[in-house]
Amino acid sequence: MSLTPDDVRRIARLARIEVSPAEVERTRGQLNDILGFIEQLQSVDTRDIEPMSHAVDVVQRLREDRVTEADRHVVFQAIAPETEGGLYLVPKVIE
Amino acid sequence: MIHSSLKELSAALAARKLSAVELASLYLDRIDALNPTLNAFITVDRDKTLAMARDADARRAKGESGPLLGVPLAHKDIFCAEGWTTTCGSKMLANFVAPYDACVVERFKAAGAVTLGKCNMDEFAMGSSNETSFFGAVKNPWDTARVPGGSSGGSAAAIAARLAPAATGTDTGGSIRQPAALCGFTGLKPTYGVVSRYGMIAFASSLDQGGPMAKSAEDCALLLNAMAGFDARDSTSLERAVEDYTRALDKPLAGLRIGLPKEFFGAGMDADVRSAVEAALAEYRKLGAATVEVSLPNSGLSVPAYYVIAPAEASSNLSRFDGVRYGHRAAAYGDLNDLYCKSRAEGFGAEVKRRILVGTYVLSHGYYDAYYLQAQKIRRLIAADFAAAYETCDVIMGPTSPSTAFRLGEKAADPVQMYLSDIYTIAVNLAGLPGMSIPCGFDRGGLPVGLQLIGGWFDEARMLGIAHQYQLATDWHQRRPALAA
Repeated sequence: MSLTPDDVRRIARLARIEVSPAEVERTRGQLNDILGFIEQLQSVDTRDIEPMSHAVDVVQRLREDRVTEADRHVVFQAIAPETEGGLYLVPKVIE
Repeated sequence: MIHSSLKELSAALAARKLSAVELASLYLDRIDALNPTLNAFITVDRDKTLAMARDADARRAKGESGPLLGVPLAHKDIFCAEGWTTTCGSKMLANFVAPYDACVVERFKAAGAVTLGKCNMDEFAMGSSNETSFFGAVKNPWDTARVPGGSSGGSAAAIAARLAPAATGTDTGGSIRQPAALCGFTGLKPTYGVVSRYGMIAFASSLDQGGPMAKSAEDCALLLNAMAGFDARDSTSLERAVEDYTRALDKPLAGLRIGLPKEFFGAGMDADVRSAVEAALAEYRKLGAATVEVSLPNSGLSVPAYYVIAPAEASSNLSRFDGVRYGHRAAAYGDLNDLYCKSRAEGFGAEVKRRILVGTYVLSHGYYDAYYLQAQKIRRLIAADFAAAYETCDVIMGPTSPSTAFRLGEKAADPVQMYLSDIYTIAVNLAGLPGMSIPCGFDRGGLPVGLQLIGGWFDEARMLGIAHQYQLATDWHQRRPALAA
């Protein structure tokens, strides 16, 4: 299977990465090379094999429901591109 | 002094032969002199380093002691260190001053270790040559026209050139072991879950694992004693009893069964790598070990399976970089979506974007089962191969990398060729096993060759002993490049 320029634009949109018209063709070639390489996985018979999603089988630990973190929002927001009154600023979303 | 082991440095500090400030200054001066050539460090901050060293000296003056008190080391720039710029090798984080310490950094601080600086790396740890760093390629100290390996290439060059006695690294598909092989020193990737990932910037969370990089197995054992341990802030950190990783260093090798996977000794390995690895195996037999052939029939699928799983996890992990809360924001944008798309297009380099796009694709509707689920099933087959092999052997050995250090630019234009340089290391991450690389000789051009050791789950202490016994009998680990003469 081979990606079309439209596929590349769709994937880039999903990934929220702008790909300029000039980059689409080069990106398409590189992604097709990589997808061609991983295509070999399709020929392996994996019937009845349980997917392994993690390196070790661990169950999610639960902790007591109590406050463990100090409020450090001032420190964390000091490294944000734009904040005001404890809020992160972004372009207007709702008119 | 720059060739001393951590134990020797520790003893010199304890005997007050020199202070932590003097020792840190010695390395800072070497960094000043050689970093312009090697580009091993992204951030060096003499004032911060010396303040930590003074603190270590003060702690000693008050009667404190410890194997790492006052010992300098460098951190891969993937570990958040409070007050230090922590870039992960990316333009995205070029201005990111970490507001907290990674667990690993915190543990080394508690032990009194002194941070020499933050080491260069492939962008977001995606690379095998350290050429994808926004801050420029790192040069191999053995030949500055060649790569140091990656992604922990800055840590690797720093150790080989004696700009630091030891360093931290991370290994998602070989990023501690392959640079250790290409730069001629010892590196250990622990069993998944042994070292906390808290504050270690995420690439592929089911594979990422931090570990020590140093001049010898004994040094790595000392470092792992400080790094390892349960941390509730990492949901996959394992709750296990505290271990002393130095406990098996002196164990003789008589009766040890070394498994040699026939798939690791086929075509594709350079002749010089093969002869160095075979000579190392002969030395092991001399030391009383026996070698047995084992098979890892699915290991050939590890690289393609990895290049589904790792990009899938990366595409999810790296969605946090949105230009809103921290990191790069584009200067000009329209609406919120445009802010995301432009900030990410500008902030990420080519290899990172490629992997995010591949990961987005394999997780997208209609492809998830065919790619991601299939890769996870193959991952189980690969892990089962190892479990079967350990029925007949105690440790697996083979080459770390199919070649010695390649030239800068040699593989940069061909991602798939670059991916194949991790062909012997990736299966270990998929299975979650501990792996090491130790120096075992040189090719005809004088470049170091690494021997890979793969232990069973949680076999770090035994593996370190197996490596240490070899290092007592040989001196490959003491060889150094001319610029660290």
